[in-house]
Amino acid sequence: MIVEFGHFALVLAVVVALFQTVVPLIGTLSRERRLMETARPAAILQLLLLLTAFLALMQAYVMSDFSVANVAANSHSTKPLIYRISGVWGNHEGSMLLWVLILASFGAAVAIFGNNLPLSLRANVLSVQASIALAFGIFMLATSNPFLRLENPPIDGRGLNPILQDPALAFHPPFLYAGYVGFSIAFSFAIAALIEGRIDAAWARWVRPWTLAAWMCLTLGIAMGSWWAYYELGWGGWWFWDPVENASFMPWLAGTALLHSALVMEKRETLKVWTILLAILTFSLSLMGTFLVRSGVLTSVHAFAVDPERGVAILAIMTIFVGGGLALFALRAGELRQGGLFAPISREGALVLNNVLLTTAAATVFVGTLYPLLLEGLTGDKISVGAPFFNMTFIPLMVPLLIALPFGPFMPWKRGDLIGVSQRLIATAVLALVAMVATMAMTERGPWLAPIMMAVGVYVMAGALQELAYRAKIGSAGREEVLRRLWNLPRSVYGTTLAHFGVGMMVVGIVATSAYQTERVLVMKPGDSVDVAGFTLVFNGVAPNKGPNYSEQVAAFDVTRGGQPVITLHPSKRIYDSPPQPTSEAGIHASWRGDLYTVLGDAQEEDGGYAFRFYFNPLVRFIWLGALVMFIAGGVSLSDRRLRVGAPNRKSRSNAPAGAVAAE
Amino acid sequence: MTRKQKRGVLIGTAVAILASAAIMVAFALRDTIVFFQTPSDIAEGKVKSGERFRLGGLVADGSVERGQGTKVKFAVTDTLQTVPVSYEGILPDLFREGQGVVAEGRLDANGQFVADTVLAKHDENYMPPEVAAALKEKGVKLGEGAKHPGAKTN
Repeated sequence: MIVEFGHFALVLAVVVALFQTVVPLIGTLSRERRLMETARPAAILQLLLLLTAFLALMQAYVMSDFSVANVAANSHSTKPLIYRISGVWGNHEGSMLLWVLILASFGAAVAIFGNNLPLSLRANVLSVQASIALAFGIFMLATSNPFLRLENPPIDGRGLNPILQDPALAFHPPFLYAGYVGFSIAFSFAIAALIEGRIDAAWARWVRPWTLAAWMCLTLGIAMGSWWAYYELGWGGWWFWDPVENASFMPWLAGTALLHSALVMEKRETLKVWTILLAILTFSLSLMGTFLVRSGVLTSVHAFAVDPERGVAILAIMTIFVGGGLALFALRAGELRQGGLFAPISREGALVLNNVLLTTAAATVFVGTLYPLLLEGLTGDKISVGAPFFNMTFIPLMVPLLIALPFGPFMPWKRGDLIGVSQRLIATAVLALVAMVATMAMTERGPWLAPIMMAVGVYVMAGALQELAYRAKIGSAGREEVLRRLWNLPRSVYGTTLAHFGVGMMVVGIVATSAYQTERVLVMKPGDSVDVAGFTLVFNGVAPNKGPNYSEQVAAFDVTRGGQPVITLHPSKRIYDSPPQPTSEAGIHASWRGDLYTVLGDAQEEDGGYAFRFYFNPLVRFIWLGALVMFIAGGVSLSDRRLRVGAPNRKSRSNAPAGAVAAE
Repeated sequence: MTRKQKRGVLIGTAVAILASAAIMVAFALRDTIVFFQTPSDIAEGKVKSGERFRLGGLVADGSVERGQGTKVKFAVTDTLQTVPVSYEGILPDLFREGQGVVAEGRLDANGQFVADTVLAKHDENYMPPEVAAALKEKGVKLGEGAKHPGAKTN
């Protein structure tokens, strides 16, 4: 009964979305105030309905109602509660519902918090937002309805893929969706601006918080996915350039560019047209990611198993929104007034460089991800494009970006002095050189590029801190003044410092793990010992064990370092009950120095030995810590009061006709 | 600098970066892509020796031989032709006879495929779609157990 209620709520939500798409738009086109005002309650109602639907589905999962087809296909009565809950979005239909729910949440948030938006802008934004919800809502009802019932319910479900039964992975999709679905708001604002034919600095001030919130979530979501892959998949790697990973990475790259370009737009009223285009492109990449993951065109450890028909439907939706958005851009971008120009060496210039490098990088990842599909379509040859391609193309774009990074915040607007800024970064450069020399001293082998890249990472970290120190006049003013300055610095400055510091941390972690990883693969019998990166591991045999929905073989290692006991590690192989599937659980000892990572392989028939793989991954935790720091930085920035104030501009409060008032 | 010069510098830099990226991509696509082949493709001589590629098919029944340490030999078949494979390392969890497998490596002078990577799969009945498609192309009828779960959800 509750399920039917949820189903009905979904249908109603689609109807409301239709209303919310059409009516406010008519309102803005005909300047009819009351029609425009319907957008806000409609958005809130849409959210409530979708939330009802989502909770109804969750109830079916938690109660293990196997008469619901979706629950029967993806859940099992022995699954622990948390995984019954996260199983709601562990499949195509349920995750689509989550997708649309998050879309509606962002729309409702604009409706509730966007009080100082001009009415017509808000109406247009909500209308566009609703159109996306409408499209995907219809898609769900037509092809991916999670509420369908089975005529003969099975006694128990087919269960969730065991490797998905994991805390990190349980919460990875919600963050991921909050991320790239959140970029829909930027898209809606962009389309709304094009419809109105007007855009000003205030627009950027409204867009930035939403984009930042989406970006934060996407950063964390991708990091969670990477961390999960690292400890679960047993290959000691943390990024595989898997098409599905790339599908989330491309919107991240574009979204980072958008964050920075909106900043320029807000402060300097320039780069307007580019920012709008970027907003459209970012969400287009999100849609493309949705398409790639669900259409079945990609082979991946990751992809949902979906009908090609659904893929075609998503592709059609994508074409409408991306094509429509770009067409509208082509038609209306000319209406937008151009802003001022700036010297190439200036903060704007640095941010333009940031944008060019990031979008080119996104394009590179795009090519690498889609080229196999293209080639297969054209010639029938099946190829794979992997890490070697991306190392050759992506990294060379990131290096100049990282080098330019610390310069950016130091640069003044409009016109900057490169020599002057360089002088302020001397301490940073020295620290980086020290890091490079230290790296070379501490490691015997490895790529020659690695100490240099390590220096770059430290340089970025130090540069971020140095800029903060400069603003607080550390070293040139008295202690009291420094503290006063630090206290009064706006939070967005701290946000910037933290975010860039996080980037540097990630670079350090990535370089250390990629260049200096130790790997050993060998067969061991109980009592054997092996040395890995200074640790001594003694194998103490394998014992069986039983879990809630699996049985496993657990190996035990006593790990010592320099004679001192450190930990016992238990890599294991599990066989889950339903669906029956073997997985490996790595035994990991994490420390600041790096991770000791152990994997249990197969038993050797004859002599009671087992195959093992050992890794030492130096500084690997810095990668996800860096991402976490970036997430926190986003939050710090968002809490800046200045960012939340909507539009104090004089003209924005009125409902003046669109064409009558030029942008400031 | 005049307005035009400023704009010129900005656009020029952007174009330069894009162009360099495009050139790198072109080179990378040529040098780093890895083709997917089946045993029949190898038998037909489509693969140059020494070229790195991916071999896909089914693990031939009865072909798995564990050697010393972590060395293992097995054979990959598409039911028409079979290729011997040698690999040193830990095999993925779902590796078993009769299941689909994708290995990456090179052919040695004796026609044996020396794999440096054997790819993991995520589902027991999973056959990589490339394998399934390639097998189908060769006219191999796939049985129940070999169906790609992506074909239809239940």
